Amino acid sequence: MSAPSVGLAQIGKSVVIKGELSGSEDLYLDGQVEGSIALKGNSLTVGPNGSVRASVEAKGVVVQGKLEGNVQASDRVELRKSAVVTGDIATQRISIEEGAYLKGKVDIHRTEVK
Amino acid sequence: MKIFRGSGPQSPTPAQASPRLTRRSSGLGELTRVWDAGENLCILDLGSTSANNIRFFTGRGHKIYSEDLLVASTDASLLTKDEEGNPVLDSRKFLADNLVYPAAHFDTILCWNLPDYLDESLVKPVVGRLWSVLKPGGMLLAFFHTRDAGPDSPCFRFHIVGPDVLEMQRIVLRRETRRGPTGAIHTAVSDGFQLQRVFNNRHIENLFRDFASIKFFLARDNVREVLVVR
Repeated sequence: MSAPSVGLAQIGKSVVIKGELSGSEDLYLDGQVEGSIALKGNSLTVGPNGSVRASVEAKGVVVQGKLEGNVQASDRVELRKSAVVTGDIATQRISIEEGAYLKGKVDIHRTEVK
Repeated sequence: MKIFRGSGPQSPTPAQASPRLTRRSSGLGELTRVWDAGENLCILDLGSTSANNIRFFTGRGHKIYSEDLLVASTDASLLTKDEEGNPVLDSRKFLADNLVYPAAHFDTILCWNLPDYLDESLVKPVVGRLWSVLKPGGMLLAFFHTRDAGPDSPCFRFHIVGPDVLEMQRIVLRRETRRGPTGAIHTAVSDGFQLQRVFNNRHIENLFRDFASIKFFLARDNVREVLVVR
């Protein structure tokens, strides 16, 4: 995946955050975060330099870097080939590229369309 | 039991893509019947992360746990020495960091070729832990080389592509590219995981002696599939 597009909230690779991170917009994270990340209704992308040690709640999650923590995505999770994920994933859909590493559970629950 | 005891891989980097071979698996066929009849089962896959396997189980409404124990066994912090000063892996630390699950949690455990390639010091402790996290009546599938296998037998990862069909993909941990004296590019591939031993039937029965029953399937590619029930 290439660099994030304009208009996306970004955390650069030199940034280190410890604590609760929440928001109502999509987030591209290429730095270090420890704590929790809540982006209900929005997407999180962990860039190739990103290192996350946090529980994650979002609509969609794309991982290219390192993520240690449980992931709850109401829509979709994508693990790219450079992803290293340790934790449980609960989502509706999941996509895993060749080369991605996962240590944890995958639980798919589909929301019924009314 | 033939023991090869080779050195482990030097760089624990994730597996890279390589061509896939197809094989039929009687053991997998038996397990698929169980999976199709059950609901919301818990399966533990101890091979490399496989999108195929995750899709196979989640598509049937089951939960899949993925944990690559061979890669985990390459952690340099596991290296220690035994009472005689020989280098061994610290099985206590290994089990403190891996296979940490509640007792009687899994309906099925897929070991694939793990016992053949895992360091000697970890095999019995790992099998003991697997027994404890498997539900009574739960099943474990493992593949063992037959006596014809040599120490250079490649290590594969396994992808479920059908009810009784597997795709085997050779694990490549390191790919080195060099330019030769004539200017040509040469690529050397390192498997990284070396066959540690060849079990005979008696040793396999001994390894799984705490399990209630054991069934052997012998395949044409000199692999014994073993299905044990707790």
